[in-house]
Amino acid sequence: MENKANAARYYDIHEEKVFNSGHQACPGCGQALAFRYVLNTMGPETIAVVPPSCAAIISGPQPYSSMRIPVYQTTLEASAASAAGIKRALIARGKEHVHAIAIAGDGGTYDIGFQALSSAAERGEDIIYFCMDNEGYMNTGTQKSSSTPRYAYTTSTPGGKPTKKKNLAEIMAAHQIPYVATATVGFPDDLVRKVKKAKEIKGTRVIIILTPCLDGWGLADNASVKISRLAVFTGIFPLYEVENGVKYTLTHGSDGTPISAYLKPQRRYRHLTAEQIDTIQQEVDEQYDILLRRVKCFA
Amino acid sequence: MISKPTAMLLTGNHAVSYGAMLARPKVIPIYPITPQTPIAEKLTELQLSGALEAETMTPESEHSAMAACITASLAGVRVFTATASQGLMLMHEMLHYASGARAPIVMANVNRTIGSPWGFWPDQTDSLAQRDTGWIHYYTESAQESLDTVLQAYRTAEQVSLPAMVIHEAFYVSHSLEVVEVPSHAMVDSYLPPFTPEIMLDPSINRSWGNVVNQEMFWRHRKYLGEAMEQTLEVAAKADAQWKELTGRGYELVEAYRCADAEVIIVTMGSMAGTTREAVDMMRARGLAAGLLKVRLFRPFPVQKLQSLLKGVPRVMIMDRNFSPGLGGVLHQEVKAALYGMKKAPPLYGYLVGVGGLNVSPALIEKLVRRTLREKAEINSIWVGE
Repeated sequence: MENKANAARYYDIHEEKVFNSGHQACPGCGQALAFRYVLNTMGPETIAVVPPSCAAIISGPQPYSSMRIPVYQTTLEASAASAAGIKRALIARGKEHVHAIAIAGDGGTYDIGFQALSSAAERGEDIIYFCMDNEGYMNTGTQKSSSTPRYAYTTSTPGGKPTKKKNLAEIMAAHQIPYVATATVGFPDDLVRKVKKAKEIKGTRVIIILTPCLDGWGLADNASVKISRLAVFTGIFPLYEVENGVKYTLTHGSDGTPISAYLKPQRRYRHLTAEQIDTIQQEVDEQYDILLRRVKCFA
Repeated sequence: MISKPTAMLLTGNHAVSYGAMLARPKVIPIYPITPQTPIAEKLTELQLSGALEAETMTPESEHSAMAACITASLAGVRVFTATASQGLMLMHEMLHYASGARAPIVMANVNRTIGSPWGFWPDQTDSLAQRDTGWIHYYTESAQESLDTVLQAYRTAEQVSLPAMVIHEAFYVSHSLEVVEVPSHAMVDSYLPPFTPEIMLDPSINRSWGNVVNQEMFWRHRKYLGEAMEQTLEVAAKADAQWKELTGRGYELVEAYRCADAEVIIVTMGSMAGTTREAVDMMRARGLAAGLLKVRLFRPFPVQKLQSLLKGVPRVMIMDRNFSPGLGGVLHQEVKAALYGMKKAPPLYGYLVGVGGLNVSPALIEKLVRRTLREKAEINSIWVGE
């Protein structure tokens, strides 16, 4: 319960007004919150790359923009390469201090954009890559991605997804890049701190942000923050960072809340049997235990 | 630094690398593929030696290479890349993106068969399949022309804000050694001013690109792209004339060689133009009135030029080293469309020669000329080989 108390105690974020109201996210959208925290922390000396996704919709239709920075909309598989191209040009022009960032969804990161991201990480491109992870192709109407968790309903897995969510944080950590972190909108202070920290580091930095999709997950308009906190407290989405592939730090984790507390409010899980819930609990426990051991091992 | 024009023994691919180096690109995202690889190797070698000051990037695919080319160009620097065959196929999506973003990228493509089955042979289908992508397309026949055309392509592309492709064939041009005159840096600098776009991706300018548009905006965007293409005909002709003034070497957009009083004019592109020039000389020596019409600029397609050069010609034969299944030779179809409805339009004979890299010899060309003089023209392209 200590986590809950800590997180509730302070909310003190210095924001530069880069992301603005009037954007086109759904009311209560978790991703819009993430946009606010990320962009207002990055500040105006930033160029963003956005692939087709909810992020592209939130960016705004021509000639409008919800962001007071240059935004380039690329193809679904190319975010990391496009951001790298911008940064290389900035370096060539002697404007290295300007940040090049990518803001992509989980489909554009875990699936079709993964090849470009892996290569950018291997090349050590000086970019910050934000994955707005809502665990599916939500902009096209809720289809399964490789980030969709086991048993979750999507329109392409109407009987529930039979396989596990891909562990992207570990895959990126295995690239031994300077900074990988997980974050969520239910912990804005933690998210902002990680963005600030990433800003100070050179090289490829990846932050995976759990951004609940109210429509795709089947939640009320006011549930985004609450459900993302439950994702942390149940241990299904622990918040941690990995530096250079070895130094693990847990920033917010499980307080022992059973997974059913997280699954029950979501329409995408309402078909689950008691056995399936047990299976998920078992998998969450196993994964969380592995994470704790890593944290301890590299502490 | 090349201080004075220097004769060097270069392959077609290395000539392209020298051309690119002289253009002083700042970012070069590039991915290896046979038979393009020597272009990339020479560029990284020139960079290591300090002769070329550029950010080279080695991404995991041609798709990412072109993605990075586009954003680097939009972020205000000159970029270069090169590819071939399957690599160009993988880039296809991004080729449209590049022209849509009006990014004046210059890329070399080395024509190679597209699988399956797997092959490494000169065949122009790879680049011809990109004809609707909004790129300027140049086809060259020699190492010297490839070097010169890379520089002309930059000069043209940056004036009309369109990307340009310089295309030569696998091995016949890419790997053949020739004496090439490499111009000096000073000459090229006087021809090609630094790339300084007014609008770019930069926080101080704060302009964005690529977000969703309505139907009317999209329509207008395509119309502007078409206008830039039309403008390209004049700009590219001028770029060629200026290069000729500077170096003595000009190629024109459509070259007519010994076409006066020709009974048959042979229309073709790329390395086959060089072979045809030899064949024309041989045939003329024997009293056979043949001429060559080399299409160097394929996009924008120089329709008016072709009309004026082919009007009233007794017979025209087109040699295609490519194949569009269900239609025939691409150049044959394009010439047919360009001449449609014209008074005194010549009969057209389309030959699918050299498809898959088959050798097209002067003797074969003469045989086809004699056939053309003998037979009636057919609507479809005719297979030549076996």
